[in-house]
Amino acid sequence: MDLIDILLSASFWAAAIRIASPLIFATIGELICERAGVLNLGIEGIMVAGAFAGWIAVWGGLPLWGGVAVALLTGMMLGLVHSVFSVPFGLSQHVVGVGLTLLATSLTFYTYRVVLPEVSSPPKITAFQPYEIPLLSDLPLVGPALFSQTPLTYAAFILAGLTALVLYRTPLGLAVRAAGENPQAVAAQGLSVTAIRMGAVVVGSGFMAIGGAFLTLSAFDSFFFDMVNGRGWICIALVVFGAWKPGKAVLGAILFAAFDALQIRLQQTGIGAVVPYQVFLMMPYILSILALVVMSRRAEIPAALMVPFNKGER
Amino acid sequence: MRLEPIAAPSVGRRVLPPALAIGATFVVAALLAMIAGGNPFAVFGLILKGAFGSKFAILETLNSATPLIFTGLAIAVAFRAKLWNIGAEAQLYAGAVITVVLGTGALSLPAPLMLALCGLAAMLVGALILLGPALLKTRLGVDEVVTTLLLNFIFLLFVSYLLEGPLKDPMGMGWPKSARLIPEARLPRIVEGLRLHWGFALALIAAVAVWVINTRTTLGYEMRAVGQNAEAAAFAGIPVTRVILKTALLSGGLAGLAGFSEVSGLKGSLTLDLSPGFGYTGIVVAMLALLHPLGVVVAALFVAAIFVGADSMSRAAGVPSYLADIMLASALLFMVLAILLTKFRVRRD
Repeated sequence: MDLIDILLSASFWAAAIRIASPLIFATIGELICERAGVLNLGIEGIMVAGAFAGWIAVWGGLPLWGGVAVALLTGMMLGLVHSVFSVPFGLSQHVVGVGLTLLATSLTFYTYRVVLPEVSSPPKITAFQPYEIPLLSDLPLVGPALFSQTPLTYAAFILAGLTALVLYRTPLGLAVRAAGENPQAVAAQGLSVTAIRMGAVVVGSGFMAIGGAFLTLSAFDSFFFDMVNGRGWICIALVVFGAWKPGKAVLGAILFAAFDALQIRLQQTGIGAVVPYQVFLMMPYILSILALVVMSRRAEIPAALMVPFNKGER
Repeated sequence: MRLEPIAAPSVGRRVLPPALAIGATFVVAALLAMIAGGNPFAVFGLILKGAFGSKFAILETLNSATPLIFTGLAIAVAFRAKLWNIGAEAQLYAGAVITVVLGTGALSLPAPLMLALCGLAAMLVGALILLGPALLKTRLGVDEVVTTLLLNFIFLLFVSYLLEGPLKDPMGMGWPKSARLIPEARLPRIVEGLRLHWGFALALIAAVAVWVINTRTTLGYEMRAVGQNAEAAAFAGIPVTRVILKTALLSGGLAGLAGFSEVSGLKGSLTLDLSPGFGYTGIVVAMLALLHPLGVVVAALFVAAIFVGADSMSRAAGVPSYLADIMLASALLFMVLAILLTKFRVRRD
């Protein structure tokens, strides 16, 4: 099977969209935080916690969407912790974020061991199944790639669209963007920068956790300790690559996921026999660094990103 | 609410918040231990006993503190200049890899030369690993947090490749593991018969060296100035870019030494589980030490004690040893808040 065959196969693009879905949730979540002016490095830990919380809730008897809701709430709670430290107290977003990732990850592993002390391999759940959208799923190539996905994938794209709509077409979105560009102006309007930023971090963190839950509830049907495996950090790079715009971020996630799907397939080809598999596994991380380098000169960073706001200070 | 700087903090102001932070950490841990069905006092007692309860336990704690002193110093040096090096994990493995490359028989030198060569090479490769992200930061403005984090994943995969390919031990029964170091490349024990190696002494020397650099050299002054306010430092004529690059070399070098010390002093060969996250735990160590190099030694001992103690507690009390990781992460968060509260007063609007 050579490259052209891979790129023209519906299963390849279906895989790319599937791989992109958790990245879209988490990238949109991170984008919301950063547009409001807060870099959320808790993303990796929040995804781990979301993956576990959604899965354990479903294992405990909740329906799949109930699991998604539990993941959302878990992420929002962790986001609240981040926002209390990073917004009103204005503490270093680097340190708070890394600290939150360590906390969320270790809390998750601890809870796992407490809830499932005896198991050698984690129990499985019945994950989301693909839902074929009538008519559209019959289209050639596009049908199986785009319209035979699980409901959670559709939700990812809908969420990205709604986020763009809210950010660019509503007063709330304007307030969020302004909080990240010119917080003084927001305060001058009588709005609370603190409340807007905290709200953005809480909501964004909730979406990150759903991104994590996608792994356990849709992509796989179980929870493993290293399943998030740096996806959160990749999403930070995707936000930069997408120039802090939801549409571009989604395209970036799909492009990125396509490379990921490609490397998995290339491993099965003649190239895979020669090149060590670790080189393929490195590709997502190398691509992320390249994306950051390429976009570094062009991206319009929110002007007040990582700048704490203390009312009364100029 | 808003924050108001305190001109002259009283002694109570400077001592109470950090003390409360440590207290709050133990309260969190106690609650979690109870959820897991453990008696918190028994759990803390077992942690203490596991860390200091016997000669063996104390030596284990000191050995475990060794890599944390190195990575803690690496982070403290970098963070003091606001260079966010989250890649100490990769730098540590780089130091370990070069130690194995040089120390498994490719070279034959007397022990002192061999050890000096391996140690210096480990510093060099560790430094080079961080130089890349530092250059991307100074030249292109690429955030080093993400690049150093991503490099951890890339470098670990590279180590995995090495251990299954070029560096694989032919006698390793198929395990991804390097050959053992030759005796000349092994750091000896400080006292014969006691399981504590010279890496610990080297870590203490490194801490003093960093303290001297910080307080007695121009570079130390410049690193601090760049960290406090890069624009003002540039205005004052400090070559900010060069200072950041020098900071990166120093920080990466210290993390590289951690890898050298672990392989040469403790393990004797390289496997993929050489470091259970020493690079990340170094961040906690550095923050608990308030970025002070001598404080790093104390903080590393504290952190190592909790890890070693929690390990043996977990076996005895059935409370998962991840309790240690939770304690450290919450200590980090509470401590950064506490430090803020030593300098600022919270006022209501």
